[in-house]
Amino acid sequence: MMNKLKILLSVISVNCVLVLSAQAQMVVEITRGNPDPTPIAVAPFSWSGGGILSEDVSDIISADLRRSGLFAPVPKEDMLSFPKSPDEVIFRDWRILGTEYVVTGRIEPQANGYLLTFDLTNVFGQSKMFTKQVSGGRDQLRDVAHRAADEVFEAITGIRGAFDTEMIYVRESASGGRPVYELMRADIDGARSRSIRRFSQPVMSPNWSPDGQEVAYVSFETGRPAIFRENLRTGARQQLTNFKGINSSPTWSPDGTKMAMVLSKDGNPEIYVLDLNTGRFTRMTRHFAIDTEPNWMPDGKSLVFTSDRGGKPQIYQLTLATGQVDRLTFDGDYNARSRVSPDGKTLVMVHRSRGVFTIATMDIRTGQMRLLTETTLDESPSIAPNGAMLMYATKRGDRGILAAVSLDAGVKYNLPSQRGDVREPAWSPYFD
Amino acid sequence: MFKSVKTGLGLACAMVVLAGCSSTDTDDTAQQQMVEQTQEPVVEAPAQETAVPLDNVVYFDFDKSLLRSDTRDLLIQHADRLRGTGTSVRLEGHADELGTREYNLALGERRANAVRDFLVLQGVDAGTLEVISYGEERPAVPGSNESARAQNRRVVIVK
Repeated sequence: MMNKLKILLSVISVNCVLVLSAQAQMVVEITRGNPDPTPIAVAPFSWSGGGILSEDVSDIISADLRRSGLFAPVPKEDMLSFPKSPDEVIFRDWRILGTEYVVTGRIEPQANGYLLTFDLTNVFGQSKMFTKQVSGGRDQLRDVAHRAADEVFEAITGIRGAFDTEMIYVRESASGGRPVYELMRADIDGARSRSIRRFSQPVMSPNWSPDGQEVAYVSFETGRPAIFRENLRTGARQQLTNFKGINSSPTWSPDGTKMAMVLSKDGNPEIYVLDLNTGRFTRMTRHFAIDTEPNWMPDGKSLVFTSDRGGKPQIYQLTLATGQVDRLTFDGDYNARSRVSPDGKTLVMVHRSRGVFTIATMDIRTGQMRLLTETTLDESPSIAPNGAMLMYATKRGDRGILAAVSLDAGVKYNLPSQRGDVREPAWSPYFD
Repeated sequence: MFKSVKTGLGLACAMVVLAGCSSTDTDDTAQQQMVEQTQEPVVEAPAQETAVPLDNVVYFDFDKSLLRSDTRDLLIQHADRLRGTGTSVRLEGHADELGTREYNLALGERRANAVRDFLVLQGVDAGTLEVISYGEERPAVPGSNESARAQNRRVVIVK
Protein backbone atom coordinates (compact mmCIF):
# COMPACT_ATOMS: atom_id res chain seq x y z
CA MET A 1 0.00 0.00 0.00
CA MET A 2 2.72 2.40 1.07
CA ASN A 3 4.70 1.39 -1.96
CA LYS A 4 1.82 2.05 -4.30
CA LEU A 5 1.27 5.49 -2.87
CA LYS A 6 4.94 6.30 -3.28
CA ILE A 7 4.86 5.37 -6.92
CA LEU A 8 1.77 7.47 -7.37
CA LEU A 9 3.42 10.42 -5.68
CA SER A 10 6.54 10.13 -7.72
CA VAL A 11 4.42 9.94 -10.83
CA ILE A 12 2.67 13.13 -9.78
CA SER A 13 5.88 14.97 -9.04
CA VAL A 14 7.52 13.93 -12.31
CA ASN A 15 4.36 14.94 -14.06
CA CYS A 16 4.60 18.37 -12.47
CA VAL A 17 8.16 18.83 -13.70
CA LEU A 18 7.16 17.86 -17.21
CA VAL A 19 4.25 20.22 -17.16
CA LEU A 20 6.37 23.09 -15.90
CA SER A 21 8.93 22.65 -18.65
CA ALA A 22 6.20 22.47 -21.25
CA GLN A 23 4.62 25.63 -19.91
CA ALA A 24 7.88 27.53 -19.86
CA GLN A 25 7.82 27.36 -23.65
CA MET A 26 4.35 28.77 -23.97
CA VAL A 27 2.94 30.91 -21.22
CA VAL A 28 -0.29 32.48 -22.30
CA GLU A 29 -0.52 35.91 -20.79
CA ILE A 30 -4.10 36.99 -20.16
CA THR A 31 -4.23 40.77 -20.38
CA ARG A 32 -7.94 41.28 -19.87
CA GLY A 33 -10.43 38.91 -18.27
CA ASN A 34 -14.13 38.55 -17.83
CA PRO A 35 -15.15 40.25 -14.54
CA ASP A 36 -17.27 37.31 -13.45
CA PRO A 37 -15.83 34.02 -14.75
CA THR A 38 -17.44 30.73 -13.71
CA PRO A 39 -15.39 28.81 -11.10
CA ILE A 40 -14.67 25.29 -12.34
CA ALA A 41 -12.30 22.55 -11.16
CA VAL A 42 -10.62 20.07 -13.45
CA ALA A 43 -9.36 17.47 -10.97
CA PRO A 44 -6.14 15.67 -12.00
CA PHE A 45 -7.06 12.64 -14.13
CA SER A 46 -6.01 9.10 -13.31
CA TRP A 47 -3.81 7.11 -15.70
CA SER A 48 -4.05 3.34 -15.66
CA GLY A 49 -1.24 2.65 -18.08
CA GLY A 50 2.47 2.24 -17.45
CA GLY A 51 5.05 4.99 -17.42
CA ILE A 52 4.29 8.67 -17.40
CA LEU A 53 2.03 10.57 -19.76
CA SER A 54 3.78 13.16 -21.91
CA GLU A 55 1.09 15.76 -21.23
CA ASP A 56 -0.99 16.78 -18.21
CA VAL A 57 -4.41 16.45 -19.79
CA SER A 58 -6.39 18.04 -16.95
CA ASP A 59 -4.00 20.99 -16.97
CA ILE A 60 -4.48 21.53 -20.71
CA ILE A 61 -8.25 21.52 -20.21
CA SER A 62 -7.93 24.08 -17.37
CA ALA A 63 -5.72 26.29 -19.54
CA ASP A 64 -8.19 26.12 -22.45
CA LEU A 65 -11.12 27.09 -20.21
CA ARG A 66 -9.12 29.91 -18.61
CA ARG A 67 -8.12 31.31 -22.01
CA SER A 68 -11.77 31.53 -23.05
CA GLY A 69 -12.14 34.12 -20.30
CA LEU A 70 -15.47 32.64 -19.26
CA PHE A 71 -14.01 30.31 -16.62
CA ALA A 72 -11.82 30.60 -13.55
CA PRO A 73 -10.29 27.13 -13.08
CA VAL A 74 -9.41 26.24 -9.47
CA PRO A 75 -5.64 25.76 -9.00
CA LYS A 76 -4.69 22.18 -8.18
CA GLU A 77 -3.06 23.20 -4.92
CA ASP A 78 -6.35 24.69 -3.67
CA MET A 79 -8.30 21.48 -4.23
CA LEU A 80 -9.27 19.59 -1.05
CA SER A 81 -9.51 16.26 -2.86
CA PHE A 82 -8.75 14.78 -6.28
CA PRO A 83 -11.92 12.89 -7.27
CA LYS A 84 -11.53 10.58 -10.25
CA SER A 85 -15.26 10.06 -10.89
CA PRO A 86 -18.58 11.79 -10.04
CA ASP A 87 -19.27 9.52 -7.04
CA GLU A 88 -15.99 10.68 -5.49
CA VAL A 89 -17.02 14.34 -5.70
CA ILE A 90 -17.73 15.62 -2.18
CA PHE A 91 -20.05 18.53 -2.86
CA ARG A 92 -19.39 20.28 0.46
CA ASP A 93 -15.65 20.54 -0.28
CA TRP A 94 -16.28 22.22 -3.61
CA ARG A 95 -19.01 24.50 -2.28
CA ILE A 96 -16.52 25.86 0.26
CA LEU A 97 -14.28 26.84 -2.65
CA GLY A 98 -17.21 28.35 -4.54
CA THR A 99 -16.64 25.90 -7.38
CA GLU A 100 -19.69 25.52 -9.61
CA TYR A 101 -18.54 22.62 -11.77
CA VAL A 102 -16.12 19.73 -11.35
CA VAL A 103 -14.55 17.77 -14.19
CA THR A 104 -13.25 14.30 -13.35
CA GLY A 105 -11.53 11.87 -15.68
CA ARG A 106 -9.71 8.61 -16.24
CA ILE A 107 -7.19 7.91 -18.95
CA GLU A 108 -6.60 4.35 -20.14
CA PRO A 109 -4.13 2.97 -22.63
CA GLN A 110 -5.61 1.81 -25.93
CA ALA A 111 -4.07 0.11 -28.91
CA ASN A 112 -1.69 2.82 -30.22
CA GLY A 113 -3.11 5.55 -28.04
CA TYR A 114 -5.34 6.69 -25.25
CA LEU A 115 -8.95 6.67 -24.16
CA LEU A 116 -10.18 9.46 -21.91
CA THR A 117 -13.44 9.01 -20.02
CA PHE A 118 -14.50 12.25 -18.36
CA ASP A 119 -17.49 13.57 -16.45
CA LEU A 120 -18.95 16.96 -15.74
CA THR A 121 -20.62 17.46 -12.36
CA ASN A 122 -22.72 20.44 -11.28
CA VAL A 123 -21.84 21.23 -7.66
CA PHE A 124 -24.83 23.37 -6.73
CA GLY A 125 -27.30 21.13 -8.55
CA GLN A 126 -25.49 18.13 -6.99
CA SER A 127 -25.88 16.25 -10.25
CA LYS A 128 -23.78 14.69 -12.96
CA MET A 129 -24.28 16.47 -16.30
CA PHE A 130 -22.53 13.95 -18.54
CA THR A 131 -19.93 11.22 -18.94
CA LYS A 132 -18.16 11.21 -22.30
CA GLN A 133 -15.23 9.55 -24.00
CA VAL A 134 -12.55 10.84 -26.33
CA SER A 135 -9.76 8.78 -27.81
CA GLY A 136 -6.62 9.62 -29.73
CA GLY A 137 -3.40 8.19 -31.06
CA ARG A 138 -0.06 8.09 -29.29
CA ASP A 139 0.89 11.64 -30.34
CA GLN A 140 -2.62 13.05 -29.87
CA LEU A 141 -2.86 13.50 -26.12
CA ARG A 142 -3.15 17.28 -26.55
CA ASP A 143 -5.91 16.81 -29.12
CA VAL A 144 -7.74 14.53 -26.68
CA ALA A 145 -7.50 17.26 -24.03
CA HIS A 146 -8.72 20.01 -26.38
CA ARG A 147 -11.69 17.87 -27.50
CA ALA A 148 -12.67 17.25 -23.88
CA ALA A 149 -12.39 20.99 -23.18
CA ASP A 150 -14.69 21.65 -26.16
CA GLU A 151 -17.30 19.30 -24.66
CA VAL A 152 -17.16 20.91 -21.21
CA PHE A 153 -17.28 24.42 -22.70
CA GLU A 154 -20.31 23.65 -24.85
CA ALA A 155 -22.22 21.85 -22.07
CA ILE A 156 -21.96 24.90 -19.80
CA THR A 157 -22.06 27.88 -22.20
CA GLY A 158 -24.14 26.48 -25.05
CA ILE A 159 -21.44 27.68 -27.44
CA ARG A 160 -19.45 25.16 -29.45
CA GLY A 161 -15.85 25.07 -28.23
CA ALA A 162 -12.96 25.91 -30.57
CA PHE A 163 -10.04 24.64 -28.50
CA ASP A 164 -9.43 21.71 -30.85
CA THR A 165 -8.49 24.02 -33.75
CA GLU A 166 -5.23 25.27 -35.19
CA MET A 167 -3.72 28.30 -36.79
CA ILE A 168 -1.36 29.02 -39.66
CA TYR A 169 0.80 32.12 -39.51
CA VAL A 170 3.91 33.68 -41.02
CA ARG A 171 7.22 33.82 -39.19
CA GLU A 172 10.19 35.87 -40.29
CA SER A 173 13.55 35.14 -38.73
CA ALA A 174 17.14 35.45 -39.85
CA SER A 175 19.63 32.77 -40.71
CA GLY A 176 23.21 33.71 -41.53
CA GLY A 177 22.20 37.35 -41.94
CA ARG A 178 19.51 36.54 -44.52
CA PRO A 179 15.78 36.66 -43.84
CA VAL A 180 13.91 33.37 -43.65
CA TYR A 181 10.15 33.42 -44.18
CA GLU A 182 8.13 30.46 -42.96
CA LEU A 183 4.56 29.32 -43.07
CA MET A 184 3.97 27.97 -39.58
CA ARG A 185 1.26 25.77 -38.14
CA ALA A 186 0.37 25.41 -34.45
CA ASP A 187 -2.42 24.44 -32.09
CA ILE A 188 -4.64 27.42 -31.35
CA ASP A 189 -3.04 27.69 -27.87
CA GLY A 190 0.35 28.16 -29.56
CA ALA A 191 1.64 24.68 -28.68
CA ARG A 192 3.22 22.26 -31.15
CA SER A 193 4.29 24.95 -33.62
CA ARG A 194 6.01 23.55 -36.68
CA SER A 195 7.13 24.82 -40.06
CA ILE A 196 5.02 23.98 -43.11
CA ARG A 197 7.48 25.46 -45.63
CA ARG A 198 10.49 27.78 -45.66
CA PHE A 199 11.07 30.55 -48.18
CA SER A 200 13.93 32.94 -48.95
CA GLN A 201 11.43 35.50 -50.35
CA PRO A 202 8.38 36.91 -48.54
CA VAL A 203 5.28 34.81 -48.03
CA MET A 204 1.95 36.30 -46.99
CA SER A 205 -1.84 35.99 -46.70
CA PRO A 206 -2.32 32.36 -45.59
CA ASN A 207 -5.94 31.21 -45.90
CA TRP A 208 -7.41 27.82 -44.90
CA SER A 209 -9.61 25.81 -47.22
CA PRO A 210 -13.02 25.31 -45.57
CA ASP A 211 -12.32 21.59 -45.03
CA GLY A 212 -9.08 22.39 -43.19
CA GLN A 213 -7.04 20.21 -45.56
CA GLU A 214 -5.30 22.92 -47.61
CA VAL A 215 -3.81 26.38 -47.34
CA ALA A 216 -3.64 29.11 -49.99
CA TYR A 217 -0.99 31.83 -49.78
CA VAL A 218 1.03 34.40 -51.68
CA SER A 219 4.71 33.67 -52.28
CA PHE A 220 7.33 35.85 -53.96
CA GLU A 221 9.58 32.88 -54.74
CA THR A 222 9.16 33.31 -58.53
CA GLY A 223 10.38 36.91 -58.33
CA ARG A 224 6.89 38.34 -58.23
CA PRO A 225 3.85 37.63 -56.06
CA ALA A 226 2.01 34.44 -57.05
CA ILE A 227 -0.85 32.49 -55.43
CA PHE A 228 -0.27 28.89 -54.39
CA ARG A 229 -2.45 26.19 -52.84
CA GLU A 230 -0.86 23.49 -50.75
CA ASN A 231 -2.16 20.24 -49.28
CA LEU A 232 -1.29 20.27 -45.57
CA ARG A 233 -1.10 16.50 -45.25
CA THR A 234 0.88 15.59 -48.38
CA GLY A 235 2.76 18.86 -49.00
CA ALA A 236 1.68 18.72 -52.66
CA ARG A 237 1.18 22.20 -54.04
CA GLN A 238 0.05 24.02 -57.11
CA GLN A 239 0.73 27.53 -58.39
CA LEU A 240 -2.65 29.03 -59.25
CA THR A 241 -1.66 32.40 -60.74
CA ASN A 242 1.28 33.97 -62.51
CA PHE A 243 -0.09 37.24 -63.83
CA LYS A 244 1.80 40.45 -64.34
CA GLY A 245 1.42 42.69 -61.27
CA ILE A 246 -0.28 41.85 -58.01
CA ASN A 247 -1.58 38.33 -57.36
CA SER A 248 -2.79 38.47 -53.76
CA SER A 249 -5.41 37.96 -51.03
CA PRO A 250 -6.59 34.43 -51.84
CA THR A 251 -9.74 33.46 -49.91
CA TRP A 252 -11.59 30.21 -50.35
CA SER A 253 -15.37 30.33 -50.85
CA PRO A 254 -17.39 28.70 -48.04
CA ASP A 255 -18.16 25.66 -50.26
CA GLY A 256 -14.50 25.31 -51.29
CA THR A 257 -15.17 25.42 -55.06
CA LYS A 258 -14.00 28.97 -55.74
CA MET A 259 -11.31 31.36 -54.63
CA ALA A 260 -11.59 35.13 -54.48
CA MET A 261 -8.34 37.01 -55.09
CA VAL A 262 -6.82 40.27 -56.25
CA LEU A 263 -5.13 40.67 -59.64
CA SER A 264 -3.75 43.90 -61.08
CA LYS A 265 -3.11 42.58 -64.60
CA ASP A 266 -5.68 45.06 -65.94
CA GLY A 267 -3.66 48.01 -64.65
CA ASN A 268 -4.84 48.30 -61.07
CA PRO A 269 -5.99 45.91 -58.34
CA GLU A 270 -9.37 44.29 -59.04
CA ILE A 271 -11.27 41.50 -57.30
CA TYR A 272 -11.45 38.24 -59.26
CA VAL A 273 -13.11 34.90 -58.54
CA LEU A 274 -11.35 31.75 -59.72
CA ASP A 275 -13.49 28.65 -60.29
CA LEU A 276 -11.21 25.92 -58.94
CA ASN A 277 -12.94 23.23 -61.00
CA THR A 278 -12.80 24.91 -64.41
CA GLY A 279 -9.79 27.19 -63.83
CA ARG A 280 -11.78 30.15 -65.14
CA PHE A 281 -11.18 33.65 -63.74
CA THR A 282 -14.10 36.09 -63.50
CA ARG A 283 -13.46 39.76 -62.90
CA MET A 284 -15.81 41.11 -60.22
CA THR A 285 -14.86 44.80 -59.82
CA ARG A 286 -14.22 47.53 -62.41
CA HIS A 287 -12.80 50.60 -60.77
CA PHE A 288 -9.62 52.63 -61.05
CA ALA A 289 -9.28 52.63 -57.25
CA ILE A 290 -7.55 49.96 -55.17
CA ASP A 291 -9.93 47.04 -54.65
CA THR A 292 -8.43 44.39 -52.41
CA GLU A 293 -8.76 42.04 -49.40
CA PRO A 294 -11.89 40.13 -50.46
CA ASN A 295 -13.65 37.88 -47.93
CA TRP A 296 -16.78 35.77 -48.42
CA MET A 297 -20.07 36.18 -46.63
CA PRO A 298 -21.00 32.78 -45.10
CA ASP A 299 -23.78 32.23 -47.68
CA GLY A 300 -21.22 32.56 -50.50
CA LYS A 301 -23.45 35.06 -52.30
CA SER A 302 -21.45 38.20 -51.72
CA LEU A 303 -17.96 39.41 -50.92
CA VAL A 304 -16.79 42.13 -48.57
CA PHE A 305 -13.64 43.94 -49.69
CA THR A 306 -11.49 47.02 -49.11
CA SER A 307 -11.58 49.88 -51.61
CA ASP A 308 -10.32 53.44 -51.62
CA ARG A 309 -12.83 54.43 -54.32
CA GLY A 310 -14.23 56.97 -51.87
CA GLY A 311 -10.78 58.50 -51.33
CA LYS A 312 -9.84 56.48 -48.24
CA PRO A 313 -9.89 52.73 -47.62
CA GLN A 314 -13.34 51.56 -46.54
CA ILE A 315 -15.22 48.26 -46.52
CA TYR A 316 -17.69 47.53 -49.31
CA GLN A 317 -20.00 44.62 -50.06
CA LEU A 318 -20.27 43.17 -53.55
CA THR A 319 -23.32 41.06 -54.46
CA LEU A 320 -22.01 38.45 -56.88
CA ALA A 321 -25.24 37.82 -58.82
CA THR A 322 -25.85 41.49 -59.65
CA GLY A 323 -22.42 43.09 -59.30
CA GLN A 324 -23.95 45.72 -57.01
CA VAL A 325 -21.48 47.39 -54.63
CA ASP A 326 -22.58 48.91 -51.30
CA ARG A 327 -20.39 50.74 -48.82
CA LEU A 328 -20.53 49.22 -45.32
CA THR A 329 -18.22 51.37 -43.15
CA PHE A 330 -18.50 55.10 -42.51
CA ASP A 331 -16.74 55.59 -39.16
CA GLY A 332 -13.12 56.72 -39.45
CA ASP A 333 -10.81 57.29 -42.42
CA TYR A 334 -9.20 53.85 -42.57
CA ASN A 335 -11.11 50.57 -42.41
CA ALA A 336 -9.52 47.58 -44.10
CA ARG A 337 -8.87 43.78 -44.19
CA SER A 338 -12.32 42.80 -42.95
CA ARG A 339 -13.46 39.31 -42.01
CA VAL A 340 -17.06 38.20 -41.51
CA SER A 341 -18.23 36.25 -38.45
CA PRO A 342 -19.59 32.72 -39.08
CA ASP A 343 -23.18 33.93 -38.53
CA GLY A 344 -22.71 36.70 -41.11
CA LYS A 345 -23.77 39.39 -38.66
CA THR A 346 -20.49 40.95 -37.60
CA LEU A 347 -17.57 42.42 -39.48
CA VAL A 348 -14.12 42.64 -37.90
CA MET A 349 -11.49 44.89 -39.46
CA VAL A 350 -8.41 47.01 -39.03
CA HIS A 351 -9.55 50.48 -38.04
CA ARG A 352 -7.53 53.64 -37.65
CA SER A 353 -8.57 56.24 -35.15
CA ARG A 354 -6.32 59.09 -33.99
CA GLY A 355 -3.40 57.68 -35.97
CA VAL A 356 -3.56 54.31 -34.24
CA PHE A 357 -4.40 51.00 -35.93
CA THR A 358 -6.67 48.78 -33.86
CA ILE A 359 -9.10 45.92 -34.39
CA ALA A 360 -12.78 46.89 -34.50
CA THR A 361 -16.06 45.03 -34.92
CA MET A 362 -19.13 46.34 -36.65
CA ASP A 363 -22.70 45.10 -36.48
CA ILE A 364 -23.46 44.88 -40.22
CA ARG A 365 -27.18 45.62 -39.79
CA THR A 366 -26.89 48.68 -37.54
CA GLY A 367 -23.43 49.92 -38.59
CA GLN A 368 -22.52 50.20 -34.89
CA MET A 369 -18.73 50.03 -34.53
CA ARG A 370 -16.74 49.02 -31.46
CA LEU A 371 -13.00 48.96 -30.81
CA LEU A 372 -11.70 45.64 -29.45
CA THR A 373 -8.03 46.46 -28.92
CA GLU A 374 -6.04 49.47 -27.80
CA THR A 375 -2.52 48.74 -28.95
CA THR A 376 -1.20 50.74 -31.91
CA LEU A 377 -0.23 48.38 -34.73
CA ASP A 378 -2.91 45.68 -34.68
CA GLU A 379 -3.72 43.88 -37.90
CA SER A 380 -4.84 40.70 -39.67
CA PRO A 381 -7.87 39.71 -37.53
CA SER A 382 -9.01 36.10 -38.04
CA ILE A 383 -12.21 34.82 -36.39
CA ALA A 384 -12.61 31.45 -34.63
CA PRO A 385 -15.07 29.06 -36.27
CA ASN A 386 -17.44 29.48 -33.29
CA GLY A 387 -17.38 33.28 -33.67
CA ALA A 388 -16.44 33.83 -30.01
CA MET A 389 -12.86 35.08 -30.40
CA LEU A 390 -10.44 36.37 -32.97
CA MET A 391 -6.70 36.12 -33.33
CA TYR A 392 -4.69 39.09 -34.58
CA ALA A 393 -1.14 40.32 -35.03
CA THR A 394 0.34 43.17 -33.03
CA LYS A 395 3.74 44.55 -32.08
CA ARG A 396 5.62 44.35 -28.82
CA GLY A 397 8.52 46.74 -29.22
CA ASP A 398 9.71 46.11 -32.75
CA ARG A 399 8.67 42.47 -32.75
CA GLY A 400 5.51 40.97 -34.17
CA ILE A 401 3.48 38.82 -31.77
CA LEU A 402 0.06 37.14 -31.91
CA ALA A 403 -2.82 37.95 -29.60
CA ALA A 404 -6.48 37.06 -29.20
CA VAL A 405 -9.55 38.98 -28.11
CA SER A 406 -13.18 37.95 -27.69
CA LEU A 407 -15.66 39.54 -30.08
CA ASP A 408 -17.42 41.10 -27.08
CA ALA A 409 -14.02 42.59 -26.05
CA GLY A 410 -14.32 40.97 -22.60
CA VAL A 411 -11.23 38.77 -22.84
CA LYS A 412 -7.81 39.39 -24.29
CA TYR A 413 -4.55 37.47 -24.20
CA ASN A 414 -1.15 37.39 -25.87
CA LEU A 415 0.20 34.17 -27.22
CA PRO A 416 3.64 33.15 -26.03
CA SER A 417 6.14 34.92 -28.22
CA GLN A 418 8.68 32.82 -29.99
CA ARG A 419 11.80 33.30 -32.06
CA GLY A 420 11.49 35.83 -34.87
CA ASP A 421 8.67 38.06 -35.99
CA VAL A 422 5.26 36.39 -36.21
CA ARG A 423 2.23 37.76 -38.06
CA GLU A 424 -0.87 37.06 -40.17
CA PRO A 425 -2.57 34.40 -38.02
CA ALA A 426 -5.28 32.41 -39.80
CA TRP A 427 -7.62 30.53 -37.46
CA SER A 428 -8.53 27.11 -38.85
CA PRO A 429 -12.06 25.88 -39.47
CA TYR A 430 -13.37 22.90 -37.48
CA PHE A 431 -11.69 19.75 -38.71
CA ASP A 432 -14.81 17.54 -38.64
CA MET B 1 31.26 56.68 -82.45
CA PHE B 2 28.00 54.91 -81.85
CA LYS B 3 29.82 52.09 -80.22
CA SER B 4 31.63 54.30 -77.75
CA VAL B 5 28.43 56.06 -76.75
CA LYS B 6 26.87 52.69 -76.16
CA THR B 7 29.72 51.51 -73.94
CA GLY B 8 29.55 54.77 -72.04
CA LEU B 9 25.88 54.27 -71.39
CA GLY B 10 26.37 50.65 -70.46
CA LEU B 11 28.91 51.77 -67.91
CA ALA B 12 26.51 54.35 -66.60
CA CYS B 13 23.90 51.67 -66.12
CA ALA B 14 26.39 49.46 -64.35
CA MET B 15 27.12 52.36 -62.02
CA VAL B 16 23.41 52.77 -61.38
CA VAL B 17 23.24 49.14 -60.36
CA LEU B 18 26.20 49.60 -58.06
CA ALA B 19 24.55 52.62 -56.54
CA GLY B 20 21.48 50.47 -56.02
CA CYS B 21 23.42 48.21 -53.76
CA SER B 22 24.85 50.85 -51.54
CA SER B 23 22.79 53.97 -51.41
CA THR B 24 19.50 53.00 -49.82
CA ASP B 25 20.60 53.65 -46.27
CA THR B 26 19.35 57.09 -45.45
CA ASP B 27 16.49 59.29 -46.38
CA ASP B 28 18.59 62.15 -47.64
CA THR B 29 21.07 60.18 -49.76
CA ALA B 30 19.26 61.44 -52.84
CA GLN B 31 19.87 65.05 -51.98
CA GLN B 32 23.46 64.44 -50.90
CA GLN B 33 24.29 62.69 -54.11
CA MET B 34 22.68 65.34 -56.23
CA VAL B 35 24.71 67.96 -54.41
CA GLU B 36 27.87 65.97 -54.94
CA GLN B 37 27.06 65.68 -58.56
CA THR B 38 26.72 69.41 -59.18
CA GLN B 39 29.74 70.25 -57.06
CA GLU B 40 32.18 67.84 -58.66
CA PRO B 41 33.27 69.01 -62.09
CA VAL B 42 33.60 66.02 -64.37
CA VAL B 43 37.13 66.65 -65.60
CA GLU B 44 39.17 63.61 -64.70
CA ALA B 45 37.15 61.24 -66.82
CA PRO B 46 35.79 63.01 -69.85
CA ALA B 47 35.01 59.72 -71.63
CA GLN B 48 32.58 58.77 -68.86
CA GLU B 49 30.81 62.04 -68.38
CA THR B 50 27.43 60.35 -67.74
CA ALA B 51 28.80 57.72 -65.40
CA VAL B 52 28.36 59.52 -62.07
CA PRO B 53 26.11 57.14 -60.13
CA LEU B 54 22.57 58.29 -59.53
CA ASP B 55 20.70 57.44 -56.41
CA ASN B 56 18.12 54.77 -57.22
CA VAL B 57 15.51 55.30 -54.51
CA VAL B 58 12.63 57.76 -54.50
CA TYR B 59 10.59 58.34 -51.35
CA PHE B 60 6.88 58.97 -50.78
CA ASP B 61 4.63 60.55 -48.19
CA PHE B 62 2.43 58.40 -45.92
CA ASP B 63 -0.43 56.68 -47.76
CA LYS B 64 0.48 58.64 -50.92
CA SER B 65 1.61 57.58 -54.35
CA LEU B 66 2.05 61.09 -55.79
CA LEU B 67 5.63 61.82 -56.76
CA ARG B 68 7.18 64.33 -54.37
CA SER B 69 8.52 67.42 -56.10
CA ASP B 70 11.96 66.76 -54.61
CA THR B 71 12.22 63.48 -56.51
CA ARG B 72 11.51 64.84 -59.99
CA ASP B 73 15.06 65.97 -60.82
CA LEU B 74 16.42 62.55 -59.95
CA LEU B 75 13.83 60.80 -62.09
CA ILE B 76 14.53 63.14 -65.03
CA GLN B 77 18.20 62.22 -64.79
CA HIS B 78 17.29 58.52 -64.75
CA ALA B 79 15.07 59.06 -67.80
CA ASP B 80 17.86 60.88 -69.61
CA ARG B 81 20.15 57.93 -69.13
CA LEU B 82 17.59 55.23 -69.92
CA ARG B 83 15.99 56.83 -72.97
CA GLY B 84 16.56 54.77 -76.11
CA THR B 85 18.91 52.27 -74.47
CA GLY B 86 16.48 49.38 -74.24
CA THR B 87 17.84 48.58 -70.78
CA SER B 88 15.35 46.57 -68.72
CA VAL B 89 14.51 48.18 -65.40
CA ARG B 90 12.62 46.80 -62.42
CA LEU B 91 10.66 49.34 -60.41
CA GLU B 92 10.17 47.87 -56.92
CA GLY B 93 7.39 49.55 -54.95
CA HIS B 94 7.36 49.44 -51.15
CA ALA B 95 5.19 50.65 -48.27
CA ASP B 96 5.78 51.29 -44.58
CA GLU B 97 4.35 49.04 -41.84
CA LEU B 98 1.30 51.20 -41.20
CA GLY B 99 -1.97 49.88 -42.59
CA THR B 100 -2.86 46.41 -43.78
CA ARG B 101 -0.48 44.20 -45.72
CA GLU B 102 -2.57 43.56 -48.79
CA TYR B 103 -3.62 47.18 -49.10
CA ASN B 104 0.06 48.12 -48.81
CA LEU B 105 0.86 45.70 -51.63
CA ALA B 106 -1.51 47.75 -53.78
CA LEU B 107 -0.05 51.01 -52.49
CA GLY B 108 3.49 49.85 -53.37
CA GLU B 109 2.32 49.05 -56.87
CA ARG B 110 0.69 52.44 -57.22
CA ARG B 111 3.96 54.12 -56.24
CA ALA B 112 5.97 52.07 -58.72
CA ASN B 113 3.37 52.86 -61.38
CA ALA B 114 3.75 56.57 -60.65
CA VAL B 115 7.50 56.30 -61.25
CA ARG B 116 6.92 54.23 -64.41
CA ASP B 117 4.41 56.73 -65.80
CA PHE B 118 6.79 59.62 -65.14
CA LEU B 119 9.69 57.86 -66.86
CA VAL B 120 7.47 56.99 -69.84
CA LEU B 121 6.40 60.63 -70.11
CA GLN B 122 10.09 61.47 -70.24
CA GLY B 123 10.47 59.21 -73.26
CA VAL B 124 11.58 55.92 -71.70
CA ASP B 125 10.18 52.87 -73.52
CA ALA B 126 7.34 51.47 -71.36
CA GLY B 127 8.22 47.97 -72.53
CA THR B 128 11.55 48.12 -70.72
CA LEU B 129 10.00 48.93 -67.32
CA GLU B 130 8.69 46.18 -65.05
CA VAL B 131 6.70 47.09 -61.96
CA ILE B 132 6.69 44.82 -58.92
CA SER B 133 5.34 45.58 -55.48
CA TYR B 134 6.61 44.11 -52.24
CA GLY B 135 4.17 46.08 -50.10
CA GLU B 136 5.51 46.21 -46.54
CA GLU B 137 7.15 42.77 -46.77
CA ARG B 138 10.72 43.96 -47.43
CA PRO B 139 11.44 47.06 -45.38
CA ALA B 140 14.75 48.81 -46.05
CA VAL B 141 15.00 49.75 -42.38
CA PRO B 142 13.46 47.71 -39.56
CA GLY B 143 11.70 49.32 -36.62
CA SER B 144 8.37 50.84 -35.65
CA ASN B 145 9.33 54.52 -35.78
CA GLU B 146 8.75 57.38 -38.18
CA SER B 147 12.35 57.55 -39.38
CA ALA B 148 12.26 53.90 -40.46
CA ARG B 149 8.83 54.32 -42.01
CA ALA B 150 9.90 57.34 -44.07
CA GLN B 151 12.75 55.27 -45.53
CA ASN B 152 10.47 52.33 -46.27
CA ARG B 153 7.89 54.29 -48.33
CA ARG B 154 9.89 54.02 -51.52
CA VAL B 155 10.39 52.87 -55.06
CA VAL B 156 13.74 51.31 -55.90
CA ILE B 157 14.96 51.53 -59.50
CA VAL B 158 16.86 48.32 -60.19
CA LYS B 159 19.22 47.80 -63.17
